[in-house]
Amino acid sequence: MRQTSTLATEKSNQAPAKISVALNVNGQQRQLDVAPWTTLLDTLRDHLDLTGTKKGCDHGQCGACTVLVDGRRVNSCLILAVMKDGANVTTVEGLAGNDALHPLQQAFIDHDAFQCGYCTPGQICSAAGLIAEGRAKSVDDIRELMSGNICRCGAYPNIVAAIQQAMGAMSGKS
Amino acid sequence: MINFQYARASDVVDAVRMIASDPSAKFIAGGTNLIDLMKGDVERPSRLIDISRLPLNNIEETTDGGVRIGALVPNSDLAWHPVIEQRYPILRNAIMAGASQQLRNMASTGGNLLQRTRCAYFYDTATPCNKREPGSGCSAIGGVNRIHAILGTSESCIATHPSDMCVALAALDAKVQVTGPSGERVLALTDFHRLPESQPEMDTNLHPDEIVTAVELPAKGFSANYSYLKIRDRLSYAFALVSIAAALELEGGTIRDARLALGGVAHKPWRDAEAESALRDQPANQNIFARAADILLRDARGYEHNTFKIELARRGIVRTLTQAAQGTPQSQSDKKIR
Repeated sequence: MRQTSTLATEKSNQAPAKISVALNVNGQQRQLDVAPWTTLLDTLRDHLDLTGTKKGCDHGQCGACTVLVDGRRVNSCLILAVMKDGANVTTVEGLAGNDALHPLQQAFIDHDAFQCGYCTPGQICSAAGLIAEGRAKSVDDIRELMSGNICRCGAYPNIVAAIQQAMGAMSGKS
Repeated sequence: MINFQYARASDVVDAVRMIASDPSAKFIAGGTNLIDLMKGDVERPSRLIDISRLPLNNIEETTDGGVRIGALVPNSDLAWHPVIEQRYPILRNAIMAGASQQLRNMASTGGNLLQRTRCAYFYDTATPCNKREPGSGCSAIGGVNRIHAILGTSESCIATHPSDMCVALAALDAKVQVTGPSGERVLALTDFHRLPESQPEMDTNLHPDEIVTAVELPAKGFSANYSYLKIRDRLSYAFALVSIAAALELEGGTIRDARLALGGVAHKPWRDAEAESALRDQPANQNIFARAADILLRDARGYEHNTFKIELARRGIVRTLTQAAQGTPQSQSDKKIR
């Protein structure tokens, strides 16, 4: 029972047709048509107007584009949207509750864990992924497991402190 | 990025059929390297065949006591799988020394094997590169070559293979399962990647119409005496200048079995049978380790900016073997080298 889905036009001298993709973004079901080469990052920013996720290097090196796909932190600049048909995507816009900031957002404010703020959405989504993984047991672990998020303002000490606070808050400790 | 077509393979047979019928197509799984190369016009496939939904994402213990790792298992899942952590911690440590957690969450086992070199000239389409454009010349040999190879180089190419995971897989005698139009075959990991010789455009011995389906680990995991030491320009999230995987089987103070694999020094994970046999049945001490290092590096050759790698590798080998013998593997979070 083979189901080969050749999803693009067969004429290679034409731009391939757009492809229909369903994504659940921050709890909302979204249906859109994208070209095969449209990254998840560009889909979020340019098709869904979710500009919280930032384009930094566009090469998977800086982490500004970090979002959660099916609960795991990934670089959205290196993902083709067509490959994630049916996935659940959480961006920085989807972290807060109705009335309250996410504990990580509050912790970043409490610790002044940014200067220019450009890397912050990626830092916060990456930290949310880190906390969900449950592997970071020490400050060294946090530093190592956050090394995919570059902060050129150098707010690292405060970022680590904020993540420590949020880890405590999210595990029921203060 | 260039225009390309997109198709999804429904099973392994379908994937092989699709790649065999279109030489300008490429498989995509995690995409962490391929998408980047396509953004830079280094790779220009006419079609991407999405294999990310194929059922190749299991880690299972085999009847001969080994472990079979599906080609689509993400690097992070592999590193943190209980069987790998307990039985093959050198593999866990090597994986965790590479990339970032975001990239490890995306990158597949098969894709890690097939990632391309990070030689800057390979990425720079304005410069000659025999790997990117066969016959155009090598810009690294007379250029900035600080990160380049010191072993197994050729007049055509001095690029290195960038993987950490593959260095541990080489040390563990892993095997690679592939499927092509005429069926399955198995290659030793050490035979999977090739040296550049006169055809640096070929990174591996995988045929263009084959797909990697699994990596197999033999039963022996060296979980008591191992270390993976990666030396790089910053403490995390950088490619290796030199990396060393050392695994020992000790009986008292005597080495009964030894594995030594290096990354960052050659076009493939580097192993040397003579260096390893110089360790076997010898006392586990620094003189013996230094002798093995000298044997492994006997044909090493530096270029203008990377000669330091020879001494770095020599000292790194001694240090890593010492860590392995002491049962104190290099920590991947506390970066102090002890």
